[in-house]
Amino acid sequence: MFWNSLILALNAIRRNLLRSFLTVLGIIIGVAAVITMVTIGRGATQSVSDQISAMGTNQLIIRPGQRRGSGSNTPKFRQKDVDLIQNQVSGIAGVAPYSTITANVIAQAKNYTTLITGTTNDFFTVGNWELQSGRKFQQAELKSGKASCILGTTVKNNLFGNENPEGRRVRIKQFTCEVIGVLKSKGQSTWGTDQDDTVVMPLKTVHRRLLGSLDIARIAVKVEDTNKITGAQREITELLRDSRRLPDNMENDFRVLDMRQIIKTLTGTTKVLTMLLGAVAAVSLLVGGIGIMNIMLVSVTERTKEIGIRLAIGALEKHVLMQFLIEAVVLSSIGGVLGLILATGLSVFGANLMGVPFLFDLRINILAFLFAASIGILFGFVPARRAARLNPIDALRHE
Amino acid sequence: MALIQFKNITKTYGTGDNAFPALKGLHLTIDEGEFLALMGPSGSGKSTTMNIAACLDTVTSGNYLFQNISVENLDTHQRTLLRRNFLGFIFQGFNLLPRSSALENVELPLIYRGDKIKERRSAAYEALEKVGLSDWRNHNPNELSGGQQQRVAIARAIVTNPKILLADEPTGNLDSQTSAEIMSLLTSLNQDSGVTIIMVTHEQEMADYASRVVHFLDGQIRT
Repeated sequence: MFWNSLILALNAIRRNLLRSFLTVLGIIIGVAAVITMVTIGRGATQSVSDQISAMGTNQLIIRPGQRRGSGSNTPKFRQKDVDLIQNQVSGIAGVAPYSTITANVIAQAKNYTTLITGTTNDFFTVGNWELQSGRKFQQAELKSGKASCILGTTVKNNLFGNENPEGRRVRIKQFTCEVIGVLKSKGQSTWGTDQDDTVVMPLKTVHRRLLGSLDIARIAVKVEDTNKITGAQREITELLRDSRRLPDNMENDFRVLDMRQIIKTLTGTTKVLTMLLGAVAAVSLLVGGIGIMNIMLVSVTERTKEIGIRLAIGALEKHVLMQFLIEAVVLSSIGGVLGLILATGLSVFGANLMGVPFLFDLRINILAFLFAASIGILFGFVPARRAARLNPIDALRHE
Repeated sequence: MALIQFKNITKTYGTGDNAFPALKGLHLTIDEGEFLALMGPSGSGKSTTMNIAACLDTVTSGNYLFQNISVENLDTHQRTLLRRNFLGFIFQGFNLLPRSSALENVELPLIYRGDKIKERRSAAYEALEKVGLSDWRNHNPNELSGGQQQRVAIARAIVTNPKILLADEPTGNLDSQTSAEIMSLLTSLNQDSGVTIIMVTHEQEMADYASRVVHFLDGQIRT
């Protein structure tokens, strides 16, 4: 009986090919929209979290200043704070101080303005940086504040092109500095800044020759293990409060940020956006369902006589109900399948356009298809029941 | 033996001022093996009688017995089963499904009865052979003449081996020569296979083929 109904349904659809296609179009668009939105949204979420993870997930970033406000009046950090954290907080893999200043870098006839970062070798551990060539700083260089520098790839490309800059000298303000290495490229950060657009130097060199102070703008801490992050965060907060002699009733004048929380916040935003867009797209699926109901009602009216014949020669109500229900489900399922195909194309195209990875999500594909099919049942039921409840005498007399 | 009995049956369409009494106390007994013709002007109640006999319509009052079973006490589903197993229909307008071959049309009642594909194919073929159309089994109704279409409809009606064949003006759309062919086919079905036939007709010529003629007037049998 099921197969017969299926064949009947396919025949009915074939008989009105154009009309069936236009009916199904609503479902196709709905399914394609839902899947495309969700797939691209997931890609965007993934790319956001990938980029932040590249900076190191087991990271705590310590900045001066309160949660709100600029914090410009609050004291910066000093080397003793770095030492304190290094020596007293358990379970940490590295502590990198950062002192930054924007400066013009000159090599040969070219000059380029970039961010100078003063730090230690922990910079590599904490920030997940690797060297493309050359070497890290030697202890002596760090201690004496020697004018050695490691270039980010953007700076290297701008000043030296394809040449090997190792051993060459660059001029920054009043001093010259020997290039000892080049960082491996990391590309754009989540916030759109070019992470490779920097020159790394020993902290002392930046303090003495560029800043003229011993301030440290921020400290990044890498924790050995993800489950030690919260503990480390608390320990650091207590340490710094002590060191800054903050009374109990005063708020922290610094912040200890957990990278995971930042990831959560950012991916949370894209996830909510994805859901919202998916929900809007689902509305168009619903509209498609109403289109199916409409055309099925027309079909029932057109075929009243046929229904009458079937009922007269022994079809039960459930047979007729089944026939029209299956027709509606077949229609919406065809729409679902075409929608899946269209969605894959659109997702690949859209993901490329937006520069996010294409993540095929089997679950959302199955879900959207099942949703489309059940829309067929939902909106096909009313017309099918109307057909099944027809009075055979009236139906036979219908012209 | 009485196959079906109408006992004091009334049927009223509509209610209140619009009420129209189609049957006013009908008494009729039809025996197995009869070939009955129902005649009368339109609105006299013969189509209503057919619909009640076909278990398509229900009575307002009275008692309709099919093989001594009171049909009023059956629900829609049971009436459908009764119709499916014991009754065959022939209509004035043939009422074949377009875009389905003759064989598929004949097969249809067996599909709903749930027969296996092999059995119903051969049963449909046999039925078409009985009406002399087995060579035309793969043609669609629009490729067949009116007489051929009606013969396909007859094959569809007899494929379930019904006890009763209900024919509603089976020759109404046909010329006289084709009508004669259809009537002799019905007659042979009645005499050779013993199928009881109840036929509504306007034409005396066709009624002459029947073994008994009943005349209707104003919802009652004219005596």
